[in-house]
Amino acid sequence: MEKLLEVKNLRLYYHTSKGAVRALDDVSFDLRKGETLGLVGESGCGKTTTGVALLKMPSPPGRIEEGSKIILSGRDIMTLPEREVRKNVRWEEVSMVFQGAMNCLTPVYTIGKQMLETLHEHRDMDNKQAEELITEYLALVGLPPEVMGRYPHEMSGGMKQRIVIATALFLKPKLVILDEPTTALDVIVQAQIINLLKKLKKTFELSFIFITHDLSLEAEVSDRICVMYAGKIAELGTNQQIYGKQGPMHPYTEKLLQATPLLRKKVDSLSYIPGTPPDLIDPPKGCRFHPRCHKVMDKCSQEEPPLLEIEPGHMVACWRCGK
Amino acid sequence: MSIDKNDVILEIKDLKKHFAPHQSLAQTLTGKNRKVVKAVDGISFDIRRGEIFGLIGESGSGKTTTGKLVMKLIDPTSGTIVFNGEDVTNSDKARTHAYRRQVQMIFQDPYASMNPRFKIKDVLEEPLIIHKIPGDHVAHENMIIKALTEVKLNPPEEFMGRYPHMLSGGQRQRVATARTLILNPMMLVADEPVSMIDLSTRAEILHMMKDVQRDLGLTYLYITHDLSTARYFTDRIAVMYLGRIVEMGDADDVIDNPLHPYTKALIDAVPEPETGKVDVIKELPISGEIPSPANIPPGCRFHTRCPYAKPECSAEAEPELMDVGNGHFHACRRYKEI
Repeated sequence: MEKLLEVKNLRLYYHTSKGAVRALDDVSFDLRKGETLGLVGESGCGKTTTGVALLKMPSPPGRIEEGSKIILSGRDIMTLPEREVRKNVRWEEVSMVFQGAMNCLTPVYTIGKQMLETLHEHRDMDNKQAEELITEYLALVGLPPEVMGRYPHEMSGGMKQRIVIATALFLKPKLVILDEPTTALDVIVQAQIINLLKKLKKTFELSFIFITHDLSLEAEVSDRICVMYAGKIAELGTNQQIYGKQGPMHPYTEKLLQATPLLRKKVDSLSYIPGTPPDLIDPPKGCRFHPRCHKVMDKCSQEEPPLLEIEPGHMVACWRCGK
Repeated sequence: MSIDKNDVILEIKDLKKHFAPHQSLAQTLTGKNRKVVKAVDGISFDIRRGEIFGLIGESGSGKTTTGKLVMKLIDPTSGTIVFNGEDVTNSDKARTHAYRRQVQMIFQDPYASMNPRFKIKDVLEEPLIIHKIPGDHVAHENMIIKALTEVKLNPPEEFMGRYPHMLSGGQRQRVATARTLILNPMMLVADEPVSMIDLSTRAEILHMMKDVQRDLGLTYLYITHDLSTARYFTDRIAVMYLGRIVEMGDADDVIDNPLHPYTKALIDAVPEPETGKVDVIKELPISGEIPSPANIPPGCRFHTRCPYAKPECSAEAEPELMDVGNGHFHACRRYKEI
């Protein structure tokens, strides 16, 4: 399949008074057209930072470092001037549903007015045309046109999330980054939103980057999974490779899966990962996971393991998984 | 510890909590009454000594209000709460104070429930002061060390001097648990204790809470929206919908053989990490969202969203909880057909 996005050696550091926080350190992956790539990991592992980096808008004091490449549909957006990114990339080609975005709708404007704002910023159209387009997109996410006249407080969480998704799709982007789109929602509403996203993906031939900490949800939606730890990729593989019989290769993924309680199977005891993710100003030497790893060897604390392809399409960064 | 079926520690009978909205004098005079919000609308259940009882529901189901009623943080509109053989529903201030020593609560957000200016030692000493536990500074300190040891924060002396911001989420929730244990309670009410905690630590906290429960012979009321942790953590569960219990029974039994269509839908909505099983979530049979508790549908309150609803479901009186044997209760009159 054709490649839509290629990320090469992406590094994003937050330059604080205490030193540079290496939030993303040498992250490389690609995304094919029509594919859903899942980003999973604990809080602070760099999932959301990857998302905002792809929009080329790290929050200050963050900075994308020299040598990082984000190649979208054949051109490196790192080399483009900000004006060009703003006009032709952000929201036009890549859009994002931010975490908790449904709670960030302005309480004093109606939904219609807030949606119009996005259109006016990017498209030259009169109010009537714009309203027609809004009605069309509201119908796509399963909402009646009346909601245009309503205020955010008059709607439930599920409805607000549908609005946010519709707004992210307006300008027909090719890639949509979804950051924990269902975390604050109830299970039934979550299932409704997931089904909606799957439908929209087919209709618009979209590619998704799906960010969540919920491994069960990731298994449900993603074609390939990228497990991140402390600003680096620990393991990247297809749904089958990560969740299959053979199981994941990286000890971190293995532990994360064992820590996930299952609904349909009685588990007597869950395992967990002792300790906390490291301080990214001064990450541990060698493998960043070694202080918490249950399979640690001498080599792990000295040398950093490279991300190696151990079977077609399955990349692991662990000394235990050498060829 | 084996659980004796007849040894009930907490008995809730037909408990209701209706919130009357504020209304202006003009509204009262003109008789335009605003609708009463029926957050909890007649629930009954028993919790046995030494068991973990789970209360499951979506937002707006009344699970948190039930927790608050059990803690006596709010007064019920009607119904009774019997704890350890004593009716505590309308107890006076002194009695309530003593009751709260026996029934303690763990809150959802360990970040917000601790004073950031208190050292851990002060956080843990506060309940001792509030409940006037006799003893000098040294005696209190020994109790604090004991409580911290129980939740496995080692070495306890080192943690006592720290401030909440110096701890990780998991450690904070351990401190929150230690703060409840220091009063030697009989029962803990835990409202979503792990929903704010990172996935790798979530299992650790549930583990710790289970250990503490076993070691000290405690009883838990565990309130959550998460069926998967409930299955792992609890002995029995009750599923709430719009202020009522729709299904109740042994946790494994309810999840493996759900009888009520609402419970079925809840289970269908949960994804599972299993291969060959991508797209576990099917097109859901139930649509829409939970109605407002100020406007509860007549008859069976689930009929507006139920895929199996028939005219009689809305016309006839609301079904009561029925036992199918083995202590598995449900409130659906058509459960056999579906």
